[in-house]
Amino acid sequence: MNNQSEVLINIGGRIATLMKKNVPFVILMFLLILFSFIAPNFMTFGNIRTLVRQISFAGISAVGLMFVMISGGIDLSIGSQIVFSNVLLAIMMADWNLPLTVAIPLIMLVGTGLGAINGFLYIKLKIAPLIITLGTSAIFKGFGYIINKSRNIMGFPDSFRWFGQGYVGGIPVPVIVMVVVALIGSFILTKTYFGRKVFALGGNEEAARLAGVNIDRMKVILFMICGFISSITTILLLSRVFAGQTITGQGLEFDCLTAALLGGVSFKGGEGTIFGLMVGILIIGVLNNAMQLASFPDFSQTVVKGAVLLIAVAFDVYQKNRKMKVFIEKVTD
Amino acid sequence: MDAKVVLSLENITKKYPGVVALNNVSIDFFEGEVHALLGENGAGKSTLIKAVAGAIDIDSGTIKINGHAFHKVSPHISRELGIEVIYQEFNLVPTLSVAENIYLCEKSEQSALFSAKEIEKKAAAVLAQFEVNINPRAMVQDLSIADQQIVEIAKAVSKNVKILIMDEPSAPLSVSEVELMFNIIKQLKEKGVTVIYISHRLEEVFRISNRVSVLRDGSYITTVNTSETNRQELINLMVGRELKESYPARKKPHGRIALEVKKLTGNRNRDISFSAYKGEILGIAGLVGAGRTELAQLIFGAVPADRGEIVINGNSARIASPLDAIKHRIGFLTEDRKGQGLFLDMSVKWNIVFPILKKISKYSIVDTKKEDEIAGHYKERINIKTPNLSQQVINLSGGNQQKVVLAKSLAAESDILIFDEPTRGIDVGAKQEIYHLMTELADLGKTILMISSDMEELLGMSDRIIVMCEGELAGEVQKDNFNQHYILDLASGSN
Repeated sequence: MNNQSEVLINIGGRIATLMKKNVPFVILMFLLILFSFIAPNFMTFGNIRTLVRQISFAGISAVGLMFVMISGGIDLSIGSQIVFSNVLLAIMMADWNLPLTVAIPLIMLVGTGLGAINGFLYIKLKIAPLIITLGTSAIFKGFGYIINKSRNIMGFPDSFRWFGQGYVGGIPVPVIVMVVVALIGSFILTKTYFGRKVFALGGNEEAARLAGVNIDRMKVILFMICGFISSITTILLLSRVFAGQTITGQGLEFDCLTAALLGGVSFKGGEGTIFGLMVGILIIGVLNNAMQLASFPDFSQTVVKGAVLLIAVAFDVYQKNRKMKVFIEKVTD
Repeated sequence: MDAKVVLSLENITKKYPGVVALNNVSIDFFEGEVHALLGENGAGKSTLIKAVAGAIDIDSGTIKINGHAFHKVSPHISRELGIEVIYQEFNLVPTLSVAENIYLCEKSEQSALFSAKEIEKKAAAVLAQFEVNINPRAMVQDLSIADQQIVEIAKAVSKNVKILIMDEPSAPLSVSEVELMFNIIKQLKEKGVTVIYISHRLEEVFRISNRVSVLRDGSYITTVNTSETNRQELINLMVGRELKESYPARKKPHGRIALEVKKLTGNRNRDISFSAYKGEILGIAGLVGAGRTELAQLIFGAVPADRGEIVINGNSARIASPLDAIKHRIGFLTEDRKGQGLFLDMSVKWNIVFPILKKISKYSIVDTKKEDEIAGHYKERINIKTPNLSQQVINLSGGNQQKVVLAKSLAAESDILIFDEPTRGIDVGAKQEIYHLMTELADLGKTILMISSDMEELLGMSDRIIVMCEGELAGEVQKDNFNQHYILDLASGSN
């Protein structure tokens, strides 16, 4: 008997430490269980599919943001990059009649270019990326409005529908793209030496510089990666909406940022996993979906989103402080 | 003696992990005297000031200020009783005016509102005492360093200072500015203020002080009247010890020049020229602020040089960035290992292989087998004590963290290694291990530049020592002529 209870306590202890290490995952599970009880139509295949597709667009861009964040930066212009290139892609196809095979690579180039602009401004002006991308965000969005000329741009080739609306084996294409992008991102970050340099940059920039890392080049490349990945989001979103509007993509960075922070990507850089990021994305997806099912008014949804972001940041800071405490105890030992 | 004791330290002891910073120190300070505190780097001067200022708690002993005895002084009490400290880094707000800085945080007696006019008038009056021309409305960031220091002094005086402690006040000043500061100190002295003056520059001590107290390795040595001593005696008092540690035996250097530095200038250094041989440990001596770390930064490209030449193995090398230096097989073990050497959140092996990632990657994918192999090799070779290679570096002790930094440089197979304070803050056992490793490396034909403030270690380890003073090379000493007194003499700018 005694032995048995000891084993139970042991298992309980292990589960407790495991849960502590995976707080975001535990939260996700809790939300899933909670909502499947509250809303009977939540845990259906159709709803889950919709939920994941809804969030997959932010999920893809979040991978790009994560590269920048692990290196210690941030990109607040993601949504506006999409606004601009979304309109431009619509114009390319509808007004200029460019074939998909030309328009798509071209828009990827443009997206990467927008990232490069962020990166160059960052290293040349030496201003915090928070401010840089806040500025470029307004600029990109503004140009999006200018070239859009208040139109609803339509008339794309039908083959373009597949990217945002198609399915492969019952799974929406954007979801598959998200998974692929996440896997590639994870591979680069964890297996390649480029990935290690990203962590090094965010972990200790000066040490990285002294170890021979070309800091400036890295910074530009990372913003380019972020821009490139968001150009993929652009293509999927335009295909999904199937009309060029300036509203598409606006504020997308908010979900990306919240997901990253929820998933344990640190604001200060040097930390983060794709698994955590995906858990963060799913938490947001579940919350968004549940609020829609419960027909929460739009404005209340905004309030909830803001609160979740702050909770995520507080969680990040709390974890950092706890680590710092352990460190100080070690040093003063 | 009929002088009145204003500050009396009795049996002050302060221990840090592994170090006794102050060991039973007792000193009396008189009213209206300039009392110099002397000692080598790490003798305990800074700890002593911090104890008096209430910045740290002492472990035992009594501090008597104007007859009030304390076991624990808080910054507040220290201020209340008229003690002000001017640290090497000024405590001024650069974007506020002179007057605002002098009367920072002080409420006006006349009005509940802040009045710029009122404090400007008061500040002008305080500054007028010093016969200096500083506009109370000027922004502190627009002032010269010397004027900023005067503002610091004015701030202290405005608070009715009784005891003014100055930590290396002349370090940032030019010769004429030092004169100005001396004048102000004299005026303060006449008003009965006690000035505790900390400086490495012996000639200043002779010019300005009434008495001198010497500290060595945290212990109080003696106090003498300045008029009754001389330079040689003070140096003897500061050094006065035999070599204690044992240093491993060495092979003779190979005789081929590995590194030649010609008229290197920049980063507060001027016209530095020297050479270092293969298999040699070249010590770089100097006081804090002499420019030793700055020289290392120049050689490593961490700060690009304004002019000068670096020659490696007979070929002129263009070193504009750390990457260039690494390509020329130079390794730099920084003094600030946490800030510049390590990725604390990352694992031991991650840190060790970081500089050689390219070498152990195929198609840019890191070969983790090789990573384990290399990291494991250095863990064994230099005895890094860690439960496993995946342990985060943050969890290691200081000595083992230093070994990780060392392993990093070894893995990079550097031929020229710059060690900046390699044994600072690590325990005796780890120190011995580091010494043996350095010896082993030199015997393998590597060139080691060793910067250290620990004279004993420098003399014990080096084949030759170059001495720096205020950004310039003050001299070179061969092993046969190693003499602590002579080196300290060079380092404190005897000419």
